[in-house]
Amino acid sequence: MWRFVIGRLLQAIPVIFIVITATFFLVRAAPGGPFDAEKAVIPEVKAALERQYRLDLPIHEQYFAYLADLSQGDLGPSFKYPGRTINELIESGLPATAELGAYALLIAVIIGSLAGIAAALRPNTLQDYIPMSMAMIGICMPTFLLGPILVLIFGIHLDWLPVSGWGDIPGDKLMPSITLGAAYAAYVARLSRAGMLEVLSQDYIRTARAKGLPEWQVVLKHGLRGGMLPVVAFLGPAFAGLLAGSFVVETIFQIPGLGRFYVQAAFNRDYTMILGTTVFLSTLIVLFNLLSDIVAAWLNPRLRAQLSE
Amino acid sequence: MAHTDINAEKGTSLWEDAWRRLKKNRLALFGLGVLGLFVASALLTPWIAPYAYDAQNLDLGATPPSAQHWLGTDIFGRDLLTQIMYGGRISLAVGFVATAVALVIGVTWGAVAGYVGGRVDAVMMRIVDILYALPFMIFIVLLMVVFGRNLLLLFLAIGAVEWLTMARIMRGQVQALRKQEFVEAAISLGLSPMTIIRRHLVPNALGPIIVYTTLTIPSVMLLEAFLSFLGLGIQPPKTSWGLLISYGAETMEEYPWLLIFPGLALTTTLFALNFLGDGLRDALDVRRSAD
Amino acid sequence: MNLLEVQDLQVDFNTRNGHTIAVNKISFTVKKGEITAIIGESGSGKSVACYSLLGLLPQPPASIESGTALFDGRDLLTLSESELRQIRGRDIAMIFQDPMTCLNPYMTIGDQLIEPLVFHKKVSKADALARAKELLVEVGIRDPDATINNFPHEFSGGMRQRVMIAMALINEPKLLIADEPTTALDVTIQAQILKLVADLQKKRDIGVIFISHDLAVVADIADHIIVMEKGLVVEQGDSTGIFTEAKHPYTQKLLAAIPSDTKVSALHDPKPLVQVENLKTYFNTGSTVVKAVDDVSFEINRGEIVGLVGESGSGKSTIGRSILRLLPITSGQIRLDGQDLTTLDSGTLKRTRRRMQMIFQDPYASLNPRMSVYDTLAEPLLLHNIESRRTVEQAVLKLMDDVGLARAFIRKYPHEFSGGQRQRIAIGRALATKPEFIVADEPVSALDVTIQAQILDLMLDLGKQYGLTMLFVSHDLAVVRHIADRIIVLYHGKIVETGTSESLFNAPQEAYTKSLLASIPGRNRLAS
Repeated sequence: MWRFVIGRLLQAIPVIFIVITATFFLVRAAPGGPFDAEKAVIPEVKAALERQYRLDLPIHEQYFAYLADLSQGDLGPSFKYPGRTINELIESGLPATAELGAYALLIAVIIGSLAGIAAALRPNTLQDYIPMSMAMIGICMPTFLLGPILVLIFGIHLDWLPVSGWGDIPGDKLMPSITLGAAYAAYVARLSRAGMLEVLSQDYIRTARAKGLPEWQVVLKHGLRGGMLPVVAFLGPAFAGLLAGSFVVETIFQIPGLGRFYVQAAFNRDYTMILGTTVFLSTLIVLFNLLSDIVAAWLNPRLRAQLSE
Repeated sequence: MAHTDINAEKGTSLWEDAWRRLKKNRLALFGLGVLGLFVASALLTPWIAPYAYDAQNLDLGATPPSAQHWLGTDIFGRDLLTQIMYGGRISLAVGFVATAVALVIGVTWGAVAGYVGGRVDAVMMRIVDILYALPFMIFIVLLMVVFGRNLLLLFLAIGAVEWLTMARIMRGQVQALRKQEFVEAAISLGLSPMTIIRRHLVPNALGPIIVYTTLTIPSVMLLEAFLSFLGLGIQPPKTSWGLLISYGAETMEEYPWLLIFPGLALTTTLFALNFLGDGLRDALDVRRSAD
Repeated sequence: MNLLEVQDLQVDFNTRNGHTIAVNKISFTVKKGEITAIIGESGSGKSVACYSLLGLLPQPPASIESGTALFDGRDLLTLSESELRQIRGRDIAMIFQDPMTCLNPYMTIGDQLIEPLVFHKKVSKADALARAKELLVEVGIRDPDATINNFPHEFSGGMRQRVMIAMALINEPKLLIADEPTTALDVTIQAQILKLVADLQKKRDIGVIFISHDLAVVADIADHIIVMEKGLVVEQGDSTGIFTEAKHPYTQKLLAAIPSDTKVSALHDPKPLVQVENLKTYFNTGSTVVKAVDDVSFEINRGEIVGLVGESGSGKSTIGRSILRLLPITSGQIRLDGQDLTTLDSGTLKRTRRRMQMIFQDPYASLNPRMSVYDTLAEPLLLHNIESRRTVEQAVLKLMDDVGLARAFIRKYPHEFSGGQRQRIAIGRALATKPEFIVADEPVSALDVTIQAQILDLMLDLGKQYGLTMLFVSHDLAVVRHIADRIIVLYHGKIVETGTSESLFNAPQEAYTKSLLASIPGRNRLAS
């Protein structure tokens, strides 16, 4: 098993490397520099700034210097906010995004799984149709539509919940988390329903019933392991999606998180911020995918044995 | 062929069988109908839109639905129905074109890898694995920022993301089929590889491909809308549903119809496509047609 | 005494294809201390009847319309679900056909074994594990301590079935229902499991219902036989009676379908058509090399039918496919009529393929589901320019006549036919190019017993009519003995013994051959 883990880790390294390199060159290739948008700068000051941020060096030297810094965990200084480093900025934005993401993931996995399992237990009845219709709505209504609509209903018309902020007013974390988690709850619901239905039609479920076990034991003890596998496999892509979704949700609800920083940095051509955040988030995604793959493989005894050979 | 002299009984091919099953699925038919309606409207928009695309009426400003403007107007006095129709052209176009790009690349890649097997397959799928691991959402955002919001680039970028799963599906299909005995029979008859792929492999692999294509279009449209919402996708003077939704979200307190109607258009289309895709998946499930 | 009394049981099915009566008012009894076999082909309702006793049928689409099933003084069909659960796994236990899919792949053997004990008798986990190990020894698993913590996929088919039997017997049930428990097993393993079931039954004095599609399998162990056809019981009685003087025509048909004769070869002046020399086919699977075919040499003479016999892993299918160049070989020579097939260029190979064809095992998987009968049969004729587009239809119709398919079916698709009919289409396709040599890879193993006999006769007739030379690959010795002139016995990729059918069956030389022969089911009961 360990060989599998190490092998996958090693595979992940070229990926992260490609991400860093591609991002670096892409960002540099963009027309316009970080200081062009500012009010007209005197050439000498511009040159001094460029020297300070190493922009006067040939590009491959910039690249290697960046790699060197990265290896020490230094993501570089910010252009937009002079005097502050990317690390600081990421640290300031990370807590909100992490919390938002965690709540959304919990909502997605818990509500989604419960809905999907309930639907699979009584297919083609109301217990199936209702959760699955809601899941369909969750899939077809994008986050950036659901958010404003929830705000419209609960924030403006009913005035039950605050429409912006994070941690300032009690209850202001509820709508953003639901908005972000809803689509993924929908996917998890559909996946878990399909997975459970597939497993419940297997022969070994019939064997379990023939042993006289009560239905709840049959489903929970025998059915869950296999039925939830598709959900576990989905967690990797879900994580990536949640991060992307946080861009939107943080913008709508004015949450001071990484997502919002990222979008702003993209607009402002804040090179190091874009680069740093991309590298940071991408690494997280790759690692999370790796984790999800490992857990999925571990849960399947046949794969686990194969991988240990 | 004329089998007139033997009173040949009519056979029901698997496609006919699937179509018959699909017709019984009312949700899927509803989806097909709605989709057809929207596509027809998108194609005919220049002729059937009630107002010119850029007809502004600044004195009017934003008004709720009325007899002259069925869905209301936006803050520039432009008819919302017209905006939605033109936006639909772009959103649907992106959906279909990007999916087509993904389909062509993915199916070819997967078919070759699956059929040839061996080292070629290993290399081709390793490339897919590495590309799959890249966090594409972030890259697309980056690409859009860096290279400007070029419609063509948008098609290509989205297509470049979706082809990977298509390739994996096709490869899986081809690999499974290749082991089936009727392919061995075809080889032992002496058929050339091209004929085997064309006549024996592709028709039998189409089922999941069709289903997945139908389900890719909505996710592509969502991606386009997402980018446009963030200001990174379609730019004015062109419009798309995503863009309309983002404008609507800004002014949703005073003019909620500007958010609701474009949102409804997008959501209905996505529903239609998903119902159709689910229906196709059930209808094409080969297990059901065996005895 | 009567353990189970079933009266007028009727089970209907309501599916999207319509309404069918699967079990049509049948009545039978099972006595304590006896093995009662229920025999029937597919669609007979044998499994449905037994599943309905324990409430294991999904209802809908099934519905139990009428009948009583008295067990231990209670009518099983009127019990509630919770009452039935008390009986399942405790008083009545079941084992199924495919032990791979019937055991939970995610749980250890030990966890699954102790479940019925812990649940029904509230035994502690430690005690249950101890009891489980005792049972594993009883069913013939020598190292229970190791086995307990392993997963199903780590075992062979035979061992998994032993585990299933242990799991069924752990609560000392009064009645054991076995649904085709040996159908998925190799012939020698099947013999072991049959003996195990018979021994356990005697030792514990329980009643056993043994469901099978094959009379031969139960011939030696059943005390009482019930024959079912299309939902009805057509005959029942004690075994001796059934085998010696069956009354119902269907039973007689079943008995006649069991191949029991040995072909006497009438070949004179043998000239070799196919020559295999030092054939080796090895497969590389990652870290290990599998020697599927390990230095095999033999000849097949013109007009001969050679039977290639072996269990799973013997390499018999690989040899057939190697000869037909469907697989790359590692080394060796294969000659058809003197021409070395391994060195042909693609053009010559294509032409040579006309002369050798294959009939596959699974009649559904061997036909392209999207091609009609016409398409499938015309394809080889048009490919090799044997017929033109105008003349091909007549040729297709004649082929259909030869294989016994009604001409009216020409536009139908594979899924609209039964297994036997599909195999006829496959045979027609193989014969289209009028080949000289045919490899038949388990061509009747997937068919019902009565259909098997028809298809075998068809193949023998066509063989004479077309002057065919055949390599008949099978694991079923009774079938091979009936159809082959000479037999080659394979084990782990090597030839163990060869000889004419007569000499092999009457005087086998090698130990493996002897054990294979000893494993033919029903050989004690059925006269040879």
